[in-house]
Amino acid sequence: MIEITDLHKAFGGKQVLRGASLRIERGESMVVIGGSGSGKSVLIKHIIGILKPDRGDIFINGENITRLKEGALYRVRRKFGMLFQGAALFDSLAVWENVGFVFLRDKTRSEKEIKEIAAEKLKLVGLAGVEDLMPAELSGGMKKRVGLARAIAHDPEILLYDEPTTGLDPIMADAINELIVEMKKRLKVTSIAITHDMTSAYKIADRIAMLYEGRIVETGTPEEIRHTENPLVRQFITGSATGPIKIEGVSAR
Amino acid sequence: MIGGLVMRFTEEAGAIMLLFCSTLRQMFMPPYEVKGTFKQMYEIGVRSVPVVLITAIFTGMVLALQTYTGFKRFGAEAMVGTVVALSMTREMGPVLTGLIVTGRAGAAMAAELGTMRVTEQIDALETLATNPIKYLIVPRFASGLIMMPALTVVADFIGILGGYIITVWLFGVSSTLYWKRTWDFLETEDIYNGLIKAGFFGGSIALISCYKGFTTTGGAEGVGKATTGAVVLSFMTVLISNYFLASWLYK
Repeated sequence: MIEITDLHKAFGGKQVLRGASLRIERGESMVVIGGSGSGKSVLIKHIIGILKPDRGDIFINGENITRLKEGALYRVRRKFGMLFQGAALFDSLAVWENVGFVFLRDKTRSEKEIKEIAAEKLKLVGLAGVEDLMPAELSGGMKKRVGLARAIAHDPEILLYDEPTTGLDPIMADAINELIVEMKKRLKVTSIAITHDMTSAYKIADRIAMLYEGRIVETGTPEEIRHTENPLVRQFITGSATGPIKIEGVSAR
Repeated sequence: MIGGLVMRFTEEAGAIMLLFCSTLRQMFMPPYEVKGTFKQMYEIGVRSVPVVLITAIFTGMVLALQTYTGFKRFGAEAMVGTVVALSMTREMGPVLTGLIVTGRAGAAMAAELGTMRVTEQIDALETLATNPIKYLIVPRFASGLIMMPALTVVADFIGILGGYIITVWLFGVSSTLYWKRTWDFLETEDIYNGLIKAGFFGGSIALISCYKGFTTTGGAEGVGKATTGAVVLSFMTVLISNYFLASWLYK
């Protein structure tokens, strides 16, 4: 279970999170939607402890990770797997070394075993025979799959997805969505995705939360979100440029 | 305007010192990054050898040339060997090697780590329970510390050889005299003080370049800026610290 309470974060003078609160149950698939610059990425980086909040707490299974020392934080992070927007594969390492990175680091298994684990995880995301390729030789969709294989390699309890479908064509995006749903079914993980792609959100979410101006303004099942009365959410899900949400830097006519 | 500049400078110096402290802590905390360090030693050290060779030999040659033709005016051309040896070991060896390593390895470090930052690879390391300072900065810092003195030894030796080539082959001074003048006045202190400087330069270059790479923001342009910043700041650090180190070491 993950509980976020009253999270505040500013960069320089710019306030990004202004009291975001969210609760995610074990085994649930939560999708956080919101416009560009609404603080989605910042929120997800707080959950995994890469960023420290100015104020507020994050509890992972009852443990407040904002108070943890570095060593303990790295231990907690092993419960997480994260798929980055651009996959963030290490480009100096081969695909199998990327997928088996955690095991290469802790040196408890032989290289041969690690390669086998990597091949098996790659199969889970629908890839075969790419173990020895370098990340630069892969297409965008394949990179995402390898990134996902790397995220699930150490059997995490919680999976985080940062804009999983951004930059992919609609068919590829749907394939990734299917994969996310399958991961949840097969691995029984808790997952949190951030996206502005509503097709993706409806497909993978048990619940959807909308982040606006650094706060969660609405949470509900996809069905509830679809029929919400909240004008902010309505404008976002219908994709309209007119409404209560102002586009930053564009003056009203 | 000047106030802002001072603020920015002290802020950056402070951040680099903090990074230095965490790097040291991670360096002495097991497990050690042996494999990564050897890889970086190869990148920073071995691959810089050709450039160092060429630079050092020509520097030694031009030193001999200028000293010989200059000193001839007051009949001191016999001292060429001494001048070359002292200049190379005390100054030219460490400083030139420092500048070469900055241009080759420092720029590469800033660009590589900068790219890793903007493509979220450094964040990815953290999510894979790996401390990026330990995995990325420690090997580079340690290699800089070890390989700069090693390269400087090569530069010292080759520079003196370059001086020999010009003095003996071009100006026809006797070979025994050149070596005698070289060894008579060269003290071990000259060499190892030069190596201390080299080690300091190596560590600073690596740390500055890694710092610039780590703090990169803003895509491809940001990586370019980080690389330029790393080279400029490293050059400044090498040249300025060189004066103070020299005044402290050669009393």
